[in-house]
Amino acid sequence: MQMVPTQRLICFGSATACLLRTTTLLAQNSIPTTLAPASTPAHQIFDLSIFVVAITGGIFLVVGGLLAVVLFRFRARKTDPAGEPAQIYGSTQIELAWTVIPVLIVVVLFLTTARIIFAIQDAPKPKTALDVTVIGHQFWWEFRYPKYGVITANELHIPVSSAGAQEAAFLKLTSADVNHSFWVPRLAGKTDLIANHVNSMWMDPQTPGLYLGQCAQFCGSQHALMLLRVYVDTPGQFAAWIKNQQQPALQDPAVAAGRRDFEAQACMNCHTISGTSATGRFGPDLTHLMSRTTLASGAMNNTPTNLRQWIKSPDTFKNGALMPAMQLSDKQLDEVTAYLETLK
Amino acid sequence: MSDYTLPVSTTIEPSASASELGTFLERLHGWVVTVDHKRLGILYILYSTFFLLIAGAEALLIRLQLAYPHNHVLSAQVFNRFFTMHGTTMVFLVGMPFLFGFANYIVPLQIGARDMAFPRLNAFSFWLTAFGGLLLYYSFLGGAGLYGVGNAPDVGWFAYAPLTARSFSPGHATDYWALALIVSGFGTLGTAINIIATVISMRCKGMTLMRMPLFTWLLLIVSMLTLVTITPLTAAQFMLLIDRYLGGHFFDTQAGGSSLIWIHFFWIFGHPEVYVLVMPAFAIANEIIPVFCRKAIFGYPAMVAASVAIMFVSLSVWAHHMFTVGMTSVSNAFFTLSTMLVGVPTGIKIFNWIATLWGGRIRFTTPMLFCIGFLFQFLIAGLTGIMLSVSPWDWQLHNSYFVIAHFHYVLVGAIVFCIFAGLYYWYPKATGHLMNERLGKWHFWLFVIGFHITFDTMHFLGLLGMPRSIYTYQPDRGWNFLNLVVSVGGLIQGIAVLIFAYNLIVSYWRGEVAGDDPWDAWTLEWATSSPPPVYNFEELPEVHSRRPLWDAKHPDDPDWEYES
Amino acid sequence: MSSVPINHPGRAIEWNLPSKRRVGMSALITGESAIFTIFVVAYVFYMGKSLTGPTPQQVLEVPILGTICLLSSSLTIMQAEKAIERDRMTSFTLWLAATISLAAVFLTSTALEWKKLIYQDGLTISTNLFGTTFYSLVGLHATHVVVGLFLLTTTFVFSLFGWVDSRQSERFGVIALYWHFVDAVWIVVFTVVYLIGR
Repeated sequence: MQMVPTQRLICFGSATACLLRTTTLLAQNSIPTTLAPASTPAHQIFDLSIFVVAITGGIFLVVGGLLAVVLFRFRARKTDPAGEPAQIYGSTQIELAWTVIPVLIVVVLFLTTARIIFAIQDAPKPKTALDVTVIGHQFWWEFRYPKYGVITANELHIPVSSAGAQEAAFLKLTSADVNHSFWVPRLAGKTDLIANHVNSMWMDPQTPGLYLGQCAQFCGSQHALMLLRVYVDTPGQFAAWIKNQQQPALQDPAVAAGRRDFEAQACMNCHTISGTSATGRFGPDLTHLMSRTTLASGAMNNTPTNLRQWIKSPDTFKNGALMPAMQLSDKQLDEVTAYLETLK
Repeated sequence: MSDYTLPVSTTIEPSASASELGTFLERLHGWVVTVDHKRLGILYILYSTFFLLIAGAEALLIRLQLAYPHNHVLSAQVFNRFFTMHGTTMVFLVGMPFLFGFANYIVPLQIGARDMAFPRLNAFSFWLTAFGGLLLYYSFLGGAGLYGVGNAPDVGWFAYAPLTARSFSPGHATDYWALALIVSGFGTLGTAINIIATVISMRCKGMTLMRMPLFTWLLLIVSMLTLVTITPLTAAQFMLLIDRYLGGHFFDTQAGGSSLIWIHFFWIFGHPEVYVLVMPAFAIANEIIPVFCRKAIFGYPAMVAASVAIMFVSLSVWAHHMFTVGMTSVSNAFFTLSTMLVGVPTGIKIFNWIATLWGGRIRFTTPMLFCIGFLFQFLIAGLTGIMLSVSPWDWQLHNSYFVIAHFHYVLVGAIVFCIFAGLYYWYPKATGHLMNERLGKWHFWLFVIGFHITFDTMHFLGLLGMPRSIYTYQPDRGWNFLNLVVSVGGLIQGIAVLIFAYNLIVSYWRGEVAGDDPWDAWTLEWATSSPPPVYNFEELPEVHSRRPLWDAKHPDDPDWEYES
Repeated sequence: MSSVPINHPGRAIEWNLPSKRRVGMSALITGESAIFTIFVVAYVFYMGKSLTGPTPQQVLEVPILGTICLLSSSLTIMQAEKAIERDRMTSFTLWLAATISLAAVFLTSTALEWKKLIYQDGLTISTNLFGTTFYSLVGLHATHVVVGLFLLTTTFVFSLFGWVDSRQSERFGVIALYWHFVDAVWIVVFTVVYLIGR
């Protein structure tokens, strides 16, 4: 019997609906799954994990199956003869066997693992590699591109790696406050960001697109909304993006009032907008705020309404974020929002 | 050939009438000032059952919040407090007191002693532990200091510095966390010392080390491990308090201090702690599995040796919690290897249990069902443990729901299952009444189904990239349906635990009268009355093998002729 | 009560178990060693990592007198132990008094050292990493000396009243065991703080 997709959907009910939804999400790349690696370290880990699952799965089938058989075969029956079953106290040969076999399995697993540890962790850094410094803050990410003089936040841009042009991004990671962890599952394993301590990791994604992740080390009240977006750009896109980020902030006379408000308020103590007197380092750099798709480290989309509400009362979106409500008047809110909206 | 006598059963004491027991207040006073190891054991068990219900309720609220994306049952702050309190409570106020409750009640009986080595220290340790727990929960009222009421620690049960520093955790919640654990840690240390002294110095005549029941052996090993496990945490918490109150810089990154050293100290405690909690579970299974398959434990010396091996190996694996903090590749490889090696002695144990079952006549009573659940779940937990020890894969899985699933497989699937098994098994000894089998089976099946719905699913959430400790998640991540499933499973487990609590209370009055030896078992605790008299044994027993009651029941075929 | 006769091939069993007090104290010492290990590790880990002065090289002086006193108190307490076992109570009281005096000298020398560090050198527990780790480690040890001193003084007072005799020798042996541990820890602390760390 042939079933059209809609009928099938009805048949399997909500479970299938969820599965279908999962498939669409996969197509959109929005699931940060470890099962669809898109970069060499993630690939190597995935391949290793298949090997480990094969071995442990085999052990599970043998031992679990044996246990099930024993439980069934030796269950007490009404027909059992009186008295106790034969008492067996042990057997050196058998016990030796099941000590030696696990040791052999451990040796194989360890050697395979060690190879991947060294392959990923001690991989030589190519001369052309892109350097990015990642600094964790409560609760957002700061990205610095020292070679290009670019500082941005929450949305990391790196170039795609192809057979013709091998590219790799090498990240140096540290923290400005508490511990965080950088995790974009499809690109690489996670690495912690720790104050007074510099870690490093690398990735060479092979497909352009958006890769999602988030902070993976509990870092305080809004740890859950310390989201992470990595844009893997084609070489052309990446060059254009860098070029735009290197520009100072746009000075649009139409929104001069908003800029004055920004500079007159405490905003400038925490945020930087290049080309103005705002040089704070405590919050994200806003020079090219409008080049980002989300606000507050992915807490919401970057729309004028959201931006205005965020400035008015950050707690609406992210209760516990360190940005205070600035108590601006409605007019000031409109002006500052309009000003920030010009920072392409 | 000489004649020895072994007390098989003592006369049942004429039941005291209400007037002899005294008023309610007198009886309460009797329990508060008691130094009897059996009463203290029961107090420990009641105390941890109480906190099991509280921490379980916290878990259900956590799951309610996570059932849907962008849910608003709990705020971010309350969620963080709840998962911190859930973890801290389950480890320190449920796991540890349960293990000490069993140890207190069973160990002196099994080694044929009249009490623990230091009865007053025993009572002191219990009350320290108890007040530690109360102090921790008092933080819900007093933790916020001047800022208002309704606060509690919110730094995670691992409390990674520098999040615990004054600047990131103002108020007093974190102080309550550290102080409460220091206080209960001293109680733990006292009990561990007591168990060691009891096992080494109080054994009855003839009970050599290699004739001790495996339960007692494992509790001895656990206590020795506790000595060097709980103390590093106490030391680190003193450092934390020095930082917070005296302006010290141990974990102050602004003054050159390091977060890493806290993480090391915490896991030097934290990993052996897992074995401190799981080995009593092995201990319980070691008693129950042989009795309900009617066979001696297979490979007793190997079981002892494997436990000692686990004790030593467990002290060298802590940094497998730290594969992502940026250790050198050589350190990562070393801790991968040491962690995998734990699998060898653990494997020996599982094989020996299967060999014990082989050729037996397995009776599927409630305690045995829980032990069988334990065997399957512990097998899976061990295998996911191997997966996590593969450090590159751990870079993906660390701090994800896969890890949550793995350690709940150990803490619930192995430890809580064995605690339930032990409660069903020894309840008749402590109260004189059997727990209701029918309710027990309902409890088992609901709990095992709920357990698998919840924790099997969590593995997949982890593989799909869901990190732990998050109070909410985005609807587009593909985690929605699985999270709902996890929450439903949690609810089923909650119902099962309520059935258990009901059974525990009702059986005290309505349970079938058990007699001295309801399970036809072989260790000395079954040789005295149920409940045992204050002095345990009218005449101190003398033993000649690992199963003194087997010898008594089968004088023609005693164990000592076969034991090596 | 019913009982079952058991025919056992064994001879009458010799049954001697170790003293529970000694076992208990040894267990406590094991646990305490772990606490000290953690503090020593922290001290070593932060050696030379202070961002500001004063450094150990600038301000620490080797406490030779205190160290000699504390270590020799282990010898005097051994004499006291021998005396109590043989029920020579006057000798016991004298050796005990000697032990207490030596310990008191040690504590005084530590107190004077701390006074100098705090008032002359301006090093407190919150000054830098060295201050934090130094006062914690040495202070933890000094706390143990104080506890030991309390136990010894109590015993001393009891023995003055004639309440102590050879029946208490096992209990006193346990106190002595603790005291030897406190001395042994000082050897480690002394080596780490004053020899390696300076």
